[in-house]
Amino acid sequence: MSDIAIKLENISKQYRLGVVGTGTLSHDLNRWFARIRGKEDPTLKIGQSNQLAEAGGDYVWALKDINLEVKKGEILGIIGKNGAGKSTLLKLLSRVTGPTTGQIKVNGRIASLLEVGTGFHPELTGRENIFLNGAILGMRKSEIRKKLDEIVDFAGVAKYLDTPVKRYSSGMYVRLAFAVAAHLEPDILVVDEVLAVGDAEFQKKAIGKMQDVSKDGGRTVLFVSHNMASVQLLCSRGVYLENGMISYVNRTDKVIDKYLNSSSKTVEKELSLFNRDIKINNITFLNKYGKKVTTLLSGQKITIRISYTANTYLKKVIIRLIFFNSNREFLFICNNYHTNEPFDNLENSGSLECDIDKLPLNSGSYHIDIRINSDSKMIFDKEQAISFDVISGDFYGTGKLPAIKRGVLVEHRWKIQQNG
Amino acid sequence: MTENTQNTISENWSMIIKPKRHWFDINLKELWQYRDLVALFVRRDFVAKYKQTILGPLWFIIQPLLTTLMFVVVFGNIAKLSTDGLPKILFYFSGIVGWTYFAESLKATSNTFVTNANIFGKVYFPRLTMPISIVISNLVLFAVQFLFLILFMLYYYFFKDVNIHLSLYTLLLPVLILITAGLGLGFGIIISSLTTKYRDLTYLVAFGVQLWMYVTPIIYPLSSINGIYKKVILLNPMTSIIETFRFILLGSGTVNFNQLLYSFIFMIVTLLLGILLFNKIEQSFMDTV
Repeated sequence: MSDIAIKLENISKQYRLGVVGTGTLSHDLNRWFARIRGKEDPTLKIGQSNQLAEAGGDYVWALKDINLEVKKGEILGIIGKNGAGKSTLLKLLSRVTGPTTGQIKVNGRIASLLEVGTGFHPELTGRENIFLNGAILGMRKSEIRKKLDEIVDFAGVAKYLDTPVKRYSSGMYVRLAFAVAAHLEPDILVVDEVLAVGDAEFQKKAIGKMQDVSKDGGRTVLFVSHNMASVQLLCSRGVYLENGMISYVNRTDKVIDKYLNSSSKTVEKELSLFNRDIKINNITFLNKYGKKVTTLLSGQKITIRISYTANTYLKKVIIRLIFFNSNREFLFICNNYHTNEPFDNLENSGSLECDIDKLPLNSGSYHIDIRINSDSKMIFDKEQAISFDVISGDFYGTGKLPAIKRGVLVEHRWKIQQNG
Repeated sequence: MTENTQNTISENWSMIIKPKRHWFDINLKELWQYRDLVALFVRRDFVAKYKQTILGPLWFIIQPLLTTLMFVVVFGNIAKLSTDGLPKILFYFSGIVGWTYFAESLKATSNTFVTNANIFGKVYFPRLTMPISIVISNLVLFAVQFLFLILFMLYYYFFKDVNIHLSLYTLLLPVLILITAGLGLGFGIIISSLTTKYRDLTYLVAFGVQLWMYVTPIIYPLSSINGIYKKVILLNPMTSIIETFRFILLGSGTVNFNQLLYSFIFMIVTLLLGILLFNKIEQSFMDTV
């Protein structure tokens, strides 16, 4: 028996653009005519890859030639920008729609959580909905009955079990829905970003459950998310989709790196900011491997490199990087005066580097003001010299981040002191 | 190359998702595995329907009663159409009860894909569970109406001295229900499969069913029709159902086993065609709906 849970072979998926309805009949006839002459489907030739921006033809490839193997017990993270084909891939895997070409081989029962609470009916009670939802997800009545207590316990809705779910708070609703799905015990679980909803407590439970499922049960999980923190924590391997094609498959951290770098927005700026004495040519961010990155990740080791050219030798240079969030709320300062690392003599050209071991920023947009003094004289001052984006990363090593996206992240520990 | 060699060591895959399904690749075993879901859908329909209303299940009966009343006035009293010697209320009501089951099953199943696009787009389960559960839910509705029909029959038998013949033929009732359900389901899923692409059909269904009713002996007995019209009406698979339904309960009309066999075969063919088409569409409809 092989240890492969899912094998995708040359999977492609084509969608038709524009208004469905007009012209379908003529297209159908066209296709049918081509088929009886033994020719290729004429509508299948258009487009090389999924370029949503410049969609010329009527058809677009949402996925193109995907080949992938997922091992049993593996948690595979699927990342990519909007429109990269993540959701389409999940739809194919959960059999909501079929592929245009290729085939998917699956070993074991597959269950998908593209949206929790599918098929919940507001008029039915919690108990009735557990049974209905469970049955929709493929469980037998007897199976659900066996798990009922566990499900109710996990969701924490015991008191309201015989109340119609329309009276539930939205939190209870989501908890109940996830509880049913989580107790489904499939061999392969396909999860979309559903976990983004619900409070922190519930997210913790959900992520914990998914880890249990994979560790104890040896089950396979396919996880699609924009939240790098949970991908980093959960997944051992990652797949980076770009324009409907697999761009990179590797260990999670490498794939996330790749994803961050390919961000189309370039941060590197030609700066011609100078007064008489110094000119800053550009500012770049480097990751721990010394590679340029364009988008940063919370908790990542980062180096900010500022290359300059100067007219003269500069003495006693003090440089300050002042970090602000997008509301221009002050966050923190990196100053070589405070760290006792003054640059006493600067060559005519070179670069200054500032290492931040653990970027203490939550996801969001930020910018930096730069001030440089030489010999106690201000020689450079630029507000919003550079701006950059941060994506939520695994700062605390727990996969969790505060929901409040303001301020900074501080590393800390908790312990307990008992009295007596 | 390594991939190819791996392929030759063929593994036991529990499922293979392919682009185009074969016409006859119908997974009835899977449908059977989901039988609990059918039961739960039926329950959901029933609970949801009457929980939101004041009169509850009474609505099941109000519509056919009012229709009967209207038929009595318009076709019975004004147009003075024959009712084969039966009390007008019994004649029309029995026809309407039999017809309603067919018509409601057809109408409700005919937009399976469109009304359930949301849930179908999120999770996979055998799509056929949906129309099947609709037909079974409608059976509940039929049962309630049938109960009222029996109450009417008892009233006429005891208080109006109307002779009501029950015979061994009455045992045909389950067969009639089966054929009606099969026809409703068959036509319904054929239409629902086609509406995923050609939405025009949705508009056709409502009044198409209305027109169909007039070529079914509901407001007139088959015995009052002759010539070419009779031939056309006999082509309608519902004709023998309604005629037999009246005969086995009320004793009017006839049982024609050839006609009944025709309806049965018609039902089987429609149902098979429907299942094939539905099965074919099921896989790709999310992209066209």
